[in-house]
Amino acid sequence: MAADTQILIASDKDVVTARQQGRAVALQTGFSVSEATLIATAISELARNIVSYANQGRVTLKPLHGPNGASGLTIVASDSGPGIADVTLALRDGYSSSGGLGLGLPGVRRLMDEFDIVSSAGSGTTVTITKWLP
Amino acid sequence: MQVPILKQGGVLIATIQAALSDADLLELRTALVQQVVRYRSSGVIVDVTAMDVMDSFASRTLLEISHMIRLRGAPTVIVGIQPEVAFAMVQLGLTLEDIPTALDLEEGLAYLKQKARSIN
Amino acid sequence: MQREKNMLKEPAIQKNRPAELARNEPKLELLRELVAHLRQNRTLLREEWVARIAEAQLLTAMTQEEIFAEATSVYDSYVAALETGTFEALQAYARNLSERIIPRGVETHEVVGIVLLLRDVLARSLFAKYQTDFEKLNRILDAYEPAANRIANTVAVGFVQERERVIRQQQEAIRELSTPVLQVRERLLILPIIGVIDPQRARQLTEQLLRGIRTNRAKVVVIDITGVAAMDVTVANHLVQTVEASRLLGATVIVTGLSPEIAQTLVTIGVDLGKMNTVGDLQGGIEQAERLLGYKVVNPEQGPGEGR
Repeated sequence: MAADTQILIASDKDVVTARQQGRAVALQTGFSVSEATLIATAISELARNIVSYANQGRVTLKPLHGPNGASGLTIVASDSGPGIADVTLALRDGYSSSGGLGLGLPGVRRLMDEFDIVSSAGSGTTVTITKWLP
Repeated sequence: MQVPILKQGGVLIATIQAALSDADLLELRTALVQQVVRYRSSGVIVDVTAMDVMDSFASRTLLEISHMIRLRGAPTVIVGIQPEVAFAMVQLGLTLEDIPTALDLEEGLAYLKQKARSIN
Repeated sequence: MQREKNMLKEPAIQKNRPAELARNEPKLELLRELVAHLRQNRTLLREEWVARIAEAQLLTAMTQEEIFAEATSVYDSYVAALETGTFEALQAYARNLSERIIPRGVETHEVVGIVLLLRDVLARSLFAKYQTDFEKLNRILDAYEPAANRIANTVAVGFVQERERVIRQQQEAIRELSTPVLQVRERLLILPIIGVIDPQRARQLTEQLLRGIRTNRAKVVVIDITGVAAMDVTVANHLVQTVEASRLLGATVIVTGLSPEIAQTLVTIGVDLGKMNTVGDLQGGIEQAERLLGYKVVNPEQGPGEGR
């Protein structure tokens, strides 16, 4: 079983690293080029949020082997930054906290099969997303 | 990492590489606007064939580039978006709004030529 | 004085608990001994294994030469995994092997079967070698068993994953066959959609169309949904996304055969039908496409007395 990959996110170059590695691991796990691109795009959004709002954090790629032999990939993007005061608002389409397209969280949720976010003001943010092979 | 910008007649062609960071994109925005002014370009093509991922930041920056260059009277065409990237973009809700797009460099140049002709 | 104490201690330990001290003999040493034994008896053990495979009637889809060749590779990989304690090489080999034998019709139970047989053949050989030293045999087995089980697991999982990948590929190919993207004229593609579309098929349609646009350098695409009875919100969204994604590739989309029901669904999800290029039927759509591309459209319905 493939091991987890951890990428430290502290600069925008790390965002590139994270999405490139994410794509590679997705392909290794068995996802198609299309799906790997979706995953890489989601990772890019989450990693960028870390740089923009928390200065630093980490992205962990976890290949999965679920029940019935299903394969998938979980990505955890976590930081100990200022956190999101109102998660529900952030998840609403069109919400922006810094002008432009905001956190992109609704978009990321659309791209993935499972989406979970834990965050509150002052205690950092952890976003966990999962995609399964069909 | 600098994005190479070529001049072909009155058109500027910027070719983006895969590992483009946010800072690189912002640099490109500045460089393109400067060069459009310096060379009085009639159009700009941004070739994203090598771009592995187009996320909200990239999309936003391309929109900004297009708007800033339009203020100088020149159109910007985005060419070379890969099928998988386009698919991911629309799922994220990124449509590049009103920026013209073309399949590749050749089509992009043809579009600019046609646009120039229809204006004259 | 301290040193004296220690010296007194050690012999005492050795006397009282020989088994425990012996158990501390590094596992590494045992594995090394084990691997040496397996290498020395390679030919013999491999032959025995091949014989057991034939006896169990496994790998019947392969010839004797093929079985022998694969058996050699598996044996060597097995021993190498035991020796290094790392399984990446074995994993890669297992995938490789699976790629070769799956098309030959080899099944999961056969692969699991032969690996378990190898484990048994090797275990028995260990029994035979250490039968006089029961204590050592236990230790060797303690070292061997976890590794052997992990090997069996690695090979089996590698095979199953490869099989799943092949099945997915085949399913994808089947779906592609049933949703053709047609090139009708230069730069013009038609995608007739017929029947029921589920989200997965819709996704595949989009991917195929986008690839088709790129390959055929299409500038106009006509998506005909005359044959689609109904469309739920998810699939309607896919249609809109397809139109948007096609535009990103520089192609214009014309949707034809939009029934009132589907038009209603699109309006429900917030689509501005005024912005979407729609034409009543496929023929009309093709004509408009040709106009967009600059072809002159000749009306075939000239009266009977005209033309040739």
